[in-house]
Amino acid sequence: MNRTVRLRVNGERHERLVEVRKTLADFLREDLALTGTHVGCEHGVCGACTVLLHGEPVRSCLLLAVQAEDTEITTIEGLADGEQLHPLQQAFWDHHGLQCGFCTPGILLTAKAFLEECPHPTDDEIREALSGNLCRCTGYHFIVEAIRAAAEGRR
Amino acid sequence: MKPPPFEYVDPRTVAETLERLATHGDDAKILAGGQSLLPMLNLRLARPAVIVDVNRVAGLDGLTTENGRLRVGALVRQRALERWAASHAPLLAAALRLVGHIAIRNRGTVAGSIAHADPASELPALLLCLDGVVVAESRRGRREIAAHALFEGPLVTALAADELITETRFELPHAGEGWGFHEVARRHGDFALVGVAAVIAREGGRVGRARVSVFGAGPTPLRAEAAERALLGREPTPTQVAEAAAAGAAALAPVADLHASADYRRRVARTLLGRALTDAAARSRP
Repeated sequence: MNRTVRLRVNGERHERLVEVRKTLADFLREDLALTGTHVGCEHGVCGACTVLLHGEPVRSCLLLAVQAEDTEITTIEGLADGEQLHPLQQAFWDHHGLQCGFCTPGILLTAKAFLEECPHPTDDEIREALSGNLCRCTGYHFIVEAIRAAAEGRR
Repeated sequence: MKPPPFEYVDPRTVAETLERLATHGDDAKILAGGQSLLPMLNLRLARPAVIVDVNRVAGLDGLTTENGRLRVGALVRQRALERWAASHAPLLAAALRLVGHIAIRNRGTVAGSIAHADPASELPALLLCLDGVVVAESRRGRREIAAHALFEGPLVTALAADELITETRFELPHAGEGWGFHEVARRHGDFALVGVAAVIAREGGRVGRARVSVFGAGPTPLRAEAAERALLGREPTPTQVAEAAAAGAAALAPVADLHASADYRRRVARTLLGRALTDAAARSRP
């Protein structure tokens, strides 16, 4: 069964015919060629596929593409301003907040929404906000430092 | 993996939804937040012929209180209740931040978690502790199901295939009532190994009413009636609380799985009952 879905991704309008069983994650990657959204566990545990739906982080593997009709999605491709890295991206660069980078898109979008809601977080609050994003490389310390630095940079 | 094929419908009204459910019965699954259903589809543990997506149904997003009774529409996200609870209902706030993760709570609904009825999840246990009710509608009519009659087994409820939860209701702790909420999970956001929700009301220092539920320690969330009885009419002294916790834990028959043995679960339940009751007593007005 197919259906047309119309939505905005990173400010751009898209209209595509999709199979109704296709997840938003696969839609972004396969239909819109936005492969920065990574697909890890495909059952909501790892957080790699996290995108923003009207500014709030959600698992794109746990949403059907057809459910995103008339929504505004932000993916990792929408974070930087052209060649200018988003302050969070710059902080991750400066503080070695990534190694293999697989979890990074989901973590950056989670952190973006988190800092908008909680601009002056404690380390405990940062760790709680990150609890739904698994990273198997870094041990998280540098990620926490990068988010803290990005928060301090906003003051 | 990817979801198996299905027919997808997204009704705009309750009446249209009930019509669909009546037509498709057991072949249909209701999709609300999808934070349990989509994993089951992706893992192919569920293969419904029809997905009835209720996210665009009008009139199910109300969140109101009236005389201490909280009414939560079927499409209220866990995150929305969490934000409301932060300034209105500390017990709910304490419990909701342990439900999955922010990204999960942004989509997951209160009613959906209750309908899913995982024995180790927080919201069914809160409904049971707070003498809650779900309002279920079908083309046959509308009925209220009390929490104690709703949960029948792991992921099994008294809801019929053609019924839709339109609202859940909770009797919030009244002014002066104290609350406690504790759980042990391997990692933040995981399902609990064991958890306890407790509310205590005191009259002249003694416990006039105790509402205690335990989750993760049986096929459904359970009221710890033995613990409640052990406190009624008594002052919640440390000795009395310890006795109540022991009585509550002794009545449990948890099962072993790869996360914990039955004995360990019972021991954790006893400890958490003690902590939750201690907190509830300390927060209650004598």
